[in-house]
Amino acid sequence: MAEIDIRAARKSYGKNPTLHGIDLNFQSGEFVVILGPSGCGKSTLLRMIAGLEDITSGEIAIDGRVVNRLEPRERGCAMVFQNYALYPHMTVAGNMGYALKVAGVPKPERERRIAETAKIVGLSDYLERKPAALSGGQRQRVAMARAIIREPKVFLFDEPLSNLDAKLRVTMRAEIRKLHQRLSATSVFVTHDQVEAMTLADKLVVMNKGHVEQVGHPLDVYHRPASTFVASFIGAPAMNLFESRVEVETASAYLGGAPVRLPSSLAASLRGKDVTIGIRPEHTIVATKGPGVAAEVDFIEELGAGRVVHMLVEGEPFAATIGEDLNVAPGDRVSLDLPLEHLHVFNRETGRRIDPSDLPADAPAQHCAPLLTTP
Amino acid sequence: MIQRTPYADAFTYFVMILGFILLIGPFLVIIAGATQTLQQINSVPFRFMPQGQFLENASAAWARADLARAIGNSFVMAGLITVGKVVLSAMTAFAIVYFRSPLRHFFFWAVFITLMLPLEVRVVPTYNVAADMFEPFRLLIAFVTGIEVSVEWNLLNSYAGLTLPLIATATGTFLYRQFFMTLPDELAEAARMDGSGPVRFFFEMLLPLSRTNMLALTTIMFVYGWNQYLWPLLMVTDPTYKTTMMSLSALVPSENATPDWNVTLAGTLIIMTPPLLVVALLQRWFVRGLVATEK
Repeated sequence: MAEIDIRAARKSYGKNPTLHGIDLNFQSGEFVVILGPSGCGKSTLLRMIAGLEDITSGEIAIDGRVVNRLEPRERGCAMVFQNYALYPHMTVAGNMGYALKVAGVPKPERERRIAETAKIVGLSDYLERKPAALSGGQRQRVAMARAIIREPKVFLFDEPLSNLDAKLRVTMRAEIRKLHQRLSATSVFVTHDQVEAMTLADKLVVMNKGHVEQVGHPLDVYHRPASTFVASFIGAPAMNLFESRVEVETASAYLGGAPVRLPSSLAASLRGKDVTIGIRPEHTIVATKGPGVAAEVDFIEELGAGRVVHMLVEGEPFAATIGEDLNVAPGDRVSLDLPLEHLHVFNRETGRRIDPSDLPADAPAQHCAPLLTTP
Repeated sequence: MIQRTPYADAFTYFVMILGFILLIGPFLVIIAGATQTLQQINSVPFRFMPQGQFLENASAAWARADLARAIGNSFVMAGLITVGKVVLSAMTAFAIVYFRSPLRHFFFWAVFITLMLPLEVRVVPTYNVAADMFEPFRLLIAFVTGIEVSVEWNLLNSYAGLTLPLIATATGTFLYRQFFMTLPDELAEAARMDGSGPVRFFFEMLLPLSRTNMLALTTIMFVYGWNQYLWPLLMVTDPTYKTTMMSLSALVPSENATPDWNVTLAGTLIIMTPPLLVVALLQRWFVRGLVATEK
């Protein structure tokens, strides 16, 4: 159990900055998932917490103690690697007990803890095997057991599930979640898989290009993405984004020539501004006829539980999920209804989300204020 | 472009058999000659059929060239060289691969360059140092303080002199380096997370993992050490330190003596047996260590 504090942490390789000042706080016992595309610096951040990478500037504190200059073993973290990094010449028991052996734990106690941990991860029958004689899922368990046995303050997971097949990944995901509930150590889990991120996280950190884009509860991040990057990165199929100018007269944005009504609270203050508007495919309502945004069906993906229609609106792709009852075929012309309560509005230049609460409560009042003070 | 035609096949076999005869021919001559009597070996034409005289010839050769002592010395020399090389090159490669030092590249290239300087090229300066170990220090002291120090310290006629100058090896270092570089970085990182320091990592991870590599290197280096001729010839004047390669010349019949080449060949056969055995016993690992990387 430990709190992790990351303050203005930067990392550069030579002159190339990879992390531009990260500020994060992970509560004790929290399961934090760091999500981002490859090359966004998420693994680097994890390795900086672990002590495998130097911190160029800034501070990382575990349990209030700044660990910048501490060796990995002194930080009380255990790590699970993507390719497991098991010691190939040691048995499963040897792999699990190695940290204890290095720490000088006497043999009887070591064996007791190996047996206990093996029971937790279900490896009791495999203790004498070498890693080469294990399946992918079993190796993954050994890697986890190797971390658990040390009873660390912090668990670090570096994309631990990405080498497993889809089915095993789901099982292991559930097991990691259960394990966390049981051990309740602070866990930091790095992944590029949004499903893993959504299902595992207490707190989700979305990173892009060495910056933190958004921190929050997974559902908050999903429902209120803070930027166009987060909006398009989380959710499958991805959120539809289109650019438009908010028309002064109608308080609407325009897509494919048709007006799209915006929430009145937003529209009032956004008149005449360039915005990016997003809507998730599952919130887009498709109808074969009627008013709305005209679109042409491009192709259809069958998911079993539903279908994703990929359409073209003025040549731009636009996706929507539909039920099985709606009959459409490629080439059909359909009309789209974009309910205003599901619209996300972003500033086009900065890409940041615009919320009614972010806007000045009474926009005209601000303009009036100077007038009042002028003598 | 691989084609199978009868002519190409026949030609391939012809070349292969020719090469095989070239390689195995001298060996057959030795085996046949070592087992023949004096009359048989001097009869013309030479007969390739082995006879029953080997034990007599061998004991004659054994006594003539004092082979017991020479083989003992050769074993000590080849053994020390092998162990020294296997240990030293493992440590060198460990330092080059795993330590981030600004001098890393310098050391890497320093080792690399020695590949171009085998013992035969640097035999005179190496002998100079071995014959007067204190010379560099004496020159340094004289240069700094102007005082002439006289210290008598040389490696002539000693096992240290026979082996030490041959132990540094670029080949071995490269073999280890290539192997260490195939190991995933995560292995070292996992060991670090588990609290293992560099020394522990070296002994508990790298050495057990490079077992095949070590056996391959042992094979090469034992044969290399056993076959040393020039260096022992320079370093050793005392017959107690004679090695087998030097005693080979004692086996050759002198100009006016009996031409007992059968004894010579029997001695040769004895001398070439130990490296042959080492290669035969270790060749399985030898191939695996050089070709594949076990993970």
